[in-house]
This record gives sequence, structure tokens and C-alpha cells, in this order.
Amino acid sequence: MTNLPELNFIWPLSGGLLIGLSAALYLLLNGRIAGISGLTASAFGWTGAGISALGVGFLGGILGGAAIAFAYIRHAELAIASSPLLLVIGGLLVGFGTRLGSGCTSGHGVCGLARLSPRSIVATITFMAVAAATVFVTRHVIGGLS
Amino acid sequence: MTQRILVSIFCGILFGVGLVVSDMVNPGRVLAFLDVAGAWDPSLAFVMGGALIPSSIAYAIKRRCTRPAFDAEFHVPASRTIDGKLVSGAVLFGLGWGLVGLCPGPAVASLVTGRWEAILFAAAMLVGMFAHRVATSRRNAPLQAR
Repeated sequence: MTNLPELNFIWPLSGGLLIGLSAALYLLLNGRIAGISGLTASAFGWTGAGISALGVGFLGGILGGAAIAFAYIRHAELAIASSPLLLVIGGLLVGFGTRLGSGCTSGHGVCGLARLSPRSIVATITFMAVAAATVFVTRHVIGGLS
Repeated sequence: MTQRILVSIFCGILFGVGLVVSDMVNPGRVLAFLDVAGAWDPSLAFVMGGALIPSSIAYAIKRRCTRPAFDAEFHVPASRTIDGKLVSGAVLFGLGWGLVGLCPGPAVASLVTGRWEAILFAAAMLVGMFAHRVATSRRNAPLQAR
């Protein structure tokens, strides 16, 4: 476990508003869900409709936006404490799970909850609860896993 | 189509900036939020809460629109069926998210740091998504477009 610097709530709140604004514009202008797992799969042509230019554009935008923000807005040091093995296992689970469950934190969490989709409400409660339980077991039962 | 791609890039930039500004891109911050029994960090609640404000407004506006600005129709999933795929996908995703602290959006955004951990996680996530693609195309050939 790394020591995190305190974060004034203004940062997560304004970042959240930007993420929500992105989802809002994507819906009203392009008519689509701003779900990153689906957009990522579509950018590689894994959603059954060939390579999606919209997916490629969105992912490119995320990379550009993150680079701008790291350089000019908020210098953040990422606390990644996981071992290579854990990173691989976690990545495989996140990739496969979000596709099987048709969405992630953005698609089900931000977009699905906003439109009160019953599927998204169930998915969001499930992945939040499982993630919290996983952290509880790894940090407080096993006593640290990296 | 050009308009739609430009919207995708712009929304991607907003999303990427939002992920860094909010510190959602930081696995340590995410795990601290999920660690309800430890030194709980509420930051992520502000991210989700903040994101839901514009997103909810947009879905309320959508109800009065027949189509989005740059497309002939909305492409919002209509399914309300809660099935085993949805729940098991959310469980697998929650496990991976709780193990490492990265979900798909932050996994993409963190790549710009050039950290090997971020690259390894994103590569494994893509393998997971591809594995899902292979598994589903075997099960229902010819492919169902989604």
C-alpha cells in the first residue's frame, strides 16, 4: 500500500463533471453510449461490425486528453503496486469481464445509471461490491497482495 | 461521418482530461476508495456523482429528441433483461478491478505515462477482450452484429 497525498474534492468533482460532459455530448451529438470497454473493442473490430472509426477516434482522444492533462493541468504520480502476474490476471479479468457483462464503469456506471437502465444498475452494484470485497480480502484477510 | 469522428475525438479528449483531473487514473486512489474497511478515500464518489449530473441531464434531454445531432437515430441499448452473462461479466470485471485498481478508461489514459505496468495491464485487457470475441464468434457463427 502506498501513501496517497490528500486530494481536495474539487479535483474529483471537476474531473467527474468533465467525464459526464463527455458522455452527455457523445449521446446528444453521436447518439451513442460513451462506454470505454465497448469503444475499445469496437476500435479493434471486435464487436462484429469491423473497425469503428468512432472507437479509434475516442481512444485517440483519451490518450491526447490524458497527455495534455498530465503535462499542463495535474502532475499526478500513479500508485501502481501490483506485480506483473497480478497486472496480467487483472487485465485479463477486466477485458473479458467487461465484454461479457456488456460494459464497465463508464458504460454501466456513468451512462447506464443516468438513464436508470435496470441492467446497468445490477451490473454497477455487482462490480462495485465484488471489487470492494476483493480489496477487503487482499488487504485485510490475506494482508496485502502485490 | 466526419462530424461524428470529430465528436468522438473531442469527447475522448474531455474524457481523458477528466480521468487525470479526477485522479481516477490512479490505481492507488481507486483501491483506497474500494477499501471501505481501511483508510477510506471518498474521492471516487465525487467522480461518479459529478459525472452523473451532466449525463443524467443529457438522458433527460434525449427523451425529447427524435434523433441525435449527427446521426439518423440513437444507438442506445434497449435490453432490460438481467441474465447470467451480465452478472458473471460484472463479477469478473469487479475481481480484476479490485485486484489492480484499473478499469478500461483509466487503463487507456494511463498508457501516456509510459509506465510498463500500465502497458502490461492494457495489453492483458486487450487479450481478455479478444478472447471474449473469439469465444462468442465460435458460439454463434455466423456472427451476430451488436
